[in-house]
Amino acid sequence: MQVFSELMKRISEGKFVVTGELEPVKNTDLTPVLETAGLLKGQVVAINITDNPTAFAYLNTLVTSYIMQEKTGIEAIYQVTVRDRNRLALVSDLLAAGTLNIRNVLTISGDFVSVGDNPQAKPVYDLDSTQLLYLARKMVDEGVDLAGNKIQNPPKFNIGVAANPNADPIEPEIYKLLRKQNIGADFIQTQCVYNIESLDKFIDGMKSLDVRTPTLVGLAPFKSMKMMSWMINFVPGINVPEDMKRQLEDAGAKGKVAFKEENKKIFGELCKEIKKRSRVCGIHMMAIGFEEVIPDILSEAGI
Amino acid sequence: MIIVQPKSMDKILDMVNASKSILVVGCEGCSAVTQMGGEKQAESLALLLDLSSKLGGVGRNVKAVSTLRQCDRQIVASTLKPLIEGYDSVICMGCGAGTQVVADIFQDKLVFPGIDTKFIGSHDRDAKAFVEMCRACGECVIDETGGICPVTKCSKSILNGPCGGNANGKCEVGGYVRNCAWVDIYNRLKAQNRLELYAKFRPPRDFRTWVSQGPREIGGEK
Repeated sequence: MQVFSELMKRISEGKFVVTGELEPVKNTDLTPVLETAGLLKGQVVAINITDNPTAFAYLNTLVTSYIMQEKTGIEAIYQVTVRDRNRLALVSDLLAAGTLNIRNVLTISGDFVSVGDNPQAKPVYDLDSTQLLYLARKMVDEGVDLAGNKIQNPPKFNIGVAANPNADPIEPEIYKLLRKQNIGADFIQTQCVYNIESLDKFIDGMKSLDVRTPTLVGLAPFKSMKMMSWMINFVPGINVPEDMKRQLEDAGAKGKVAFKEENKKIFGELCKEIKKRSRVCGIHMMAIGFEEVIPDILSEAGI
Repeated sequence: MIIVQPKSMDKILDMVNASKSILVVGCEGCSAVTQMGGEKQAESLALLLDLSSKLGGVGRNVKAVSTLRQCDRQIVASTLKPLIEGYDSVICMGCGAGTQVVADIFQDKLVFPGIDTKFIGSHDRDAKAFVEMCRACGECVIDETGGICPVTKCSKSILNGPCGGNANGKCEVGGYVRNCAWVDIYNRLKAQNRLELYAKFRPPRDFRTWVSQGPREIGGEK
């Protein structure tokens, strides 16, 4: 494996890494996104820039990734979905990413159009996420596209994939990761984890199929009681243990400050536990609109 | 079979607005099997059209007939030729293929679709609904997926699933009601002791078998 990014350099040195996440919205002004990036600076080694998350049409990810790198000096993890672009557009965008000095690409399939803000759209899926990884690998490693056409000055990036440790059953998810490891995924970033037992089941699965790809585990602290109950009630697969829920609810009943303090404590402890697990090389913090708690959570976990 | 669904009466009345005489042609192939556009449904539609023309004082001549397989040129030509004389318009109850065959053979007639062609499918296990089974993608892979078509049954039609949009074996598309095709495929292959197929990577497909070459043809001189 070649190391092109600061993120990958630190992972390969065995350092525990933290990444963040930013979401460009329906806006031509990047000021709010850059301000949030400023809050994350010093806390994270790289920041994911989401690609039309939950199938909402937002400001272009590549433009945001590039401007964030230029203006803040923080490395971007350029998220690329296969929902909105066919292989021609994907090659074109990956070449552009190479030109713009993007060093990390996360290859994902993308939430389906029907859950988004333009549900009438035609979904693309010319490739799936594994095939996008395959394309990106060919471009970086062999300097060719899928049809074997030569690329002058191939792009250089490390390529990540996504995984869902909350999947039930978990086995199909692990087989998918095995395929992605065989194609050449450099790192994994997971969906948010609340239950350490689910994570252990996921890691046991990785061990049983010999999936060794370094993994950043997703963590999403609760900004508010409202967000917590929404996640629990409306996001399928989210598994918040009863104890955790009760502790946060009790704190929430005492007020916002107490709720925030409880968040720091609970997610700090969870983070500390996650850090002990094998295969885990870092934490992927998804605290959109709630970045202020990240330093405390990390210090609570001794990171 | 090809699953079709009758158009709304409003839509049909709108289409035949200027027609003076209408022949409603049922299809005794798939449309009759699914009871969506066979002889009986053609007769019902003709009755309704007749009634609406009488109520509206239009004075329209409407008759129902049916053909075996409307997608068969020979059958359509021989069956309809003696029947179609004297009608300016035809409403076809066969699928899009059947309707186009009729329109091509009888080019002096106004040919309208009486149904919408929905998909290639079958009954579900409880015989309660028709479900889509095949996208006619031109390159069948179900030998490797336990007889379950990922192109049709996976909302994203992906060849290397599952995606992250499944929970408890259900698909996010449609609100976690339908099964995730790739969880179903896993369970089927596991039961058959063929999980090595599940671990296999399937490279990007060649869409020239499907949508990238225009209308598809098999055989014939080029």
